[in-house]
Amino acid sequence: MRVALFITCVNDTLFPGTGKAVVSLLRRLGCEVDFPAAQTCCGQMHVNTGYREEGVRLARHFTEVFSGYDAVVAPSGSCAAMVREQYPKLVRPGSRGAAAIGEVAPKVYELSEFLIDVLKVEDVGAYFPHRVTYHPTCHSLRGLRLGDRPARLLSHVRGLELVPLPAAEECCGFGGTFAVKNPAVSAAMGADKVRNVLGTGAEVLCAADNSCLMHIGGTLNRQKAGVRIMHLAEILATTEATG
Amino acid sequence: MSGTFLGMPGNFPKNAEKAVQDSQLRFNLRKATHTIRGKRASVVDELPDWQELRAAGKAIKDETLRHLDRYLVQLEDAVTGAGGHVHWARDAAEANRIVTGLVKATGESEVVKVKSMATQEIGLNEALAEHGITAYETDLAELIVQLGDDFPSHILVPAIHRNRAEIREIFLDKMAETPEGLTDEPAALAEAARLHLRERFLRSKVAISGANFMVAETGTLVVLESEGNGRMCLTLPETLISVVGIEKLLPSWRDLEVFLQLLPRSSTGERMNPYTSMWTGATEGQDFHLVLLDNGRTDVLADEVGRQALRCIRCSACLNVCPVYERAGGHAYGSVYPGPIGAILTPQLRGMGSELDASLPYASSLCGACYDVCPVAIDIPEVLVDLRAKAPHGRAERAGMRVAGWVLGNEVRLAKAQRLATRFRKLVPRRLPGPLSAWTDTRDLPEIPEESFRDWWERHERP
Ligand code: SF4
Repeated sequence: MRVALFITCVNDTLFPGTGKAVVSLLRRLGCEVDFPAAQTCCGQMHVNTGYREEGVRLARHFTEVFSGYDAVVAPSGSCAAMVREQYPKLVRPGSRGAAAIGEVAPKVYELSEFLIDVLKVEDVGAYFPHRVTYHPTCHSLRGLRLGDRPARLLSHVRGLELVPLPAAEECCGFGGTFAVKNPAVSAAMGADKVRNVLGTGAEVLCAADNSCLMHIGGTLNRQKAGVRIMHLAEILATTEATG
Repeated sequence: MSGTFLGMPGNFPKNAEKAVQDSQLRFNLRKATHTIRGKRASVVDELPDWQELRAAGKAIKDETLRHLDRYLVQLEDAVTGAGGHVHWARDAAEANRIVTGLVKATGESEVVKVKSMATQEIGLNEALAEHGITAYETDLAELIVQLGDDFPSHILVPAIHRNRAEIREIFLDKMAETPEGLTDEPAALAEAARLHLRERFLRSKVAISGANFMVAETGTLVVLESEGNGRMCLTLPETLISVVGIEKLLPSWRDLEVFLQLLPRSSTGERMNPYTSMWTGATEGQDFHLVLLDNGRTDVLADEVGRQALRCIRCSACLNVCPVYERAGGHAYGSVYPGPIGAILTPQLRGMGSELDASLPYASSLCGACYDVCPVAIDIPEVLVDLRAKAPHGRAERAGMRVAGWVLGNEVRLAKAQRLATRFRKLVPRRLPGPLSAWTDTRDLPEIPEESFRDWWERHERP
């Protein structure tokens, strides 16, 4: 199966390791991975901050770049939710833009959806002998309704001990530009999330979104808490041979 | 008196910062919201058809709003036919003028009130005070707010920011008849309030209420409450004046079946609420006036995305699950409508002319918890994002976002920017300057990698 990787601008720039992990994971599972080089950003930051015009321009660019693929995989619940849930609201129903979005958007999958719903695998052959806790992130949980997909994938990882995160469904306080527009509340939410993470005794905090992890991880680092952050893809890509 | 929110200074982030640092407030809010949140979840989860009920609530409200003009006239006819008087108020000033005139005509200088968001929205108590009329709030929590010369901070529990010890202090200080040895046991506090209020109920000849619902078909008004004070206010006085927002309408009597399930379960976390009062027009021996309040609502109705906010039944479920409300408290929103619903309703009713009102659409991380619990399925994040597009933007931010949009608009520019960042990665300071310091005050920055993903792909993978 030929799939296009939508890396997302945050991963592309700051977390290339996540992209490499997706590539190696999907190849291991027999996919042919393409990286359309013209891709940039889904436009979420602009739309959600109130800059719809720029956002619509980026959405149009996205639809052009990714049209014609059977499946587009994004290692970000938030960006996948942007395309699937918010793109249709940016265009007038019945317009040409709406038709283009209607064609591309349903083929955009967050990584765990693609693995479980399309490839129909739960055991991806990973090995990761560590104590891990999982933060479901808001847009994965309440936007895409990923449910227990990530947990099912993690439960098959050999050696991995998955410990439940208390108050997992609560927002970490990132929220894109919210983190800098409302820094006091954002930091207070982040501090509570970090307290819950530390309470699990996990070595690794995992999520399907690096932007939330960047916020929680930045707080963990500042506190020198000694908990590592890792994207779901990076854990799933690790095998006995590579790990 | 409880103050009016109009013209409150500041902005949401600044107000919230103060609240975040108040550990007592944080404790009170967390405890109260988590308790109600849990109760709501258990009585909602026990209903297998909750989602159907929620869809029905949404559909009925949408239908009402679509034909609001027709239903309002039908309501007016029904209320008038049943011996009541109907008044139309375009805005707060007109509503206050009407109510003040009605009270004055009775010759009374005191009124009892059962909690009403609409009268707080228009600052009725203050308007009455200007004419020498004293309004006594009779809900326990409203009484605490009023006696404490304070602002409400929650829709259902206006004194949520106060704990028992603080309430005891307020009572001892402000209620003459309070016994010296008052403890801070909830039962003792309630008893003290009861004594204080009972006398008012028996004395007052005029009452002012709001309503949770109005039924167009029959002209019936419905009030749900938990303390019995509403029942007394609605029945004892000789004159009853109800001030109700025009969106509180339901087409028919049978629609109540849906809403009398949705509201208590979402609001107090009860299967059924303790007191449900319903009345149609004037009851014997009572003069009844209904003041229908617009005050910006028809403008909200004209907005395709924003109009869904008018479905709100003020249950406050969205407040109780909101991580931002839990930490910022209700006062930060500078309005009688706090929390997620306030963040979408206030800027629509008042406009975004003040710094505070313009900051409200941004008072959310867009986590979506509010939408999930809303019994009438108001997509609050959708409305927030839509309002952000209409909000005024600062010049520096606008410039920054434009540059970001330009860089992200094309892969060659993005790659160049990435290489620039990579080249100077070691020079990025641990603490960023300017507005970006908001990030580095509490969080470390991620390390910039040696190479972007796209450059790695280009070197290794490109066929
Ligand atoms: S917006 Fe929904 S959840 Fe919030 S108070 Fe209104 S009805 Fe309740």
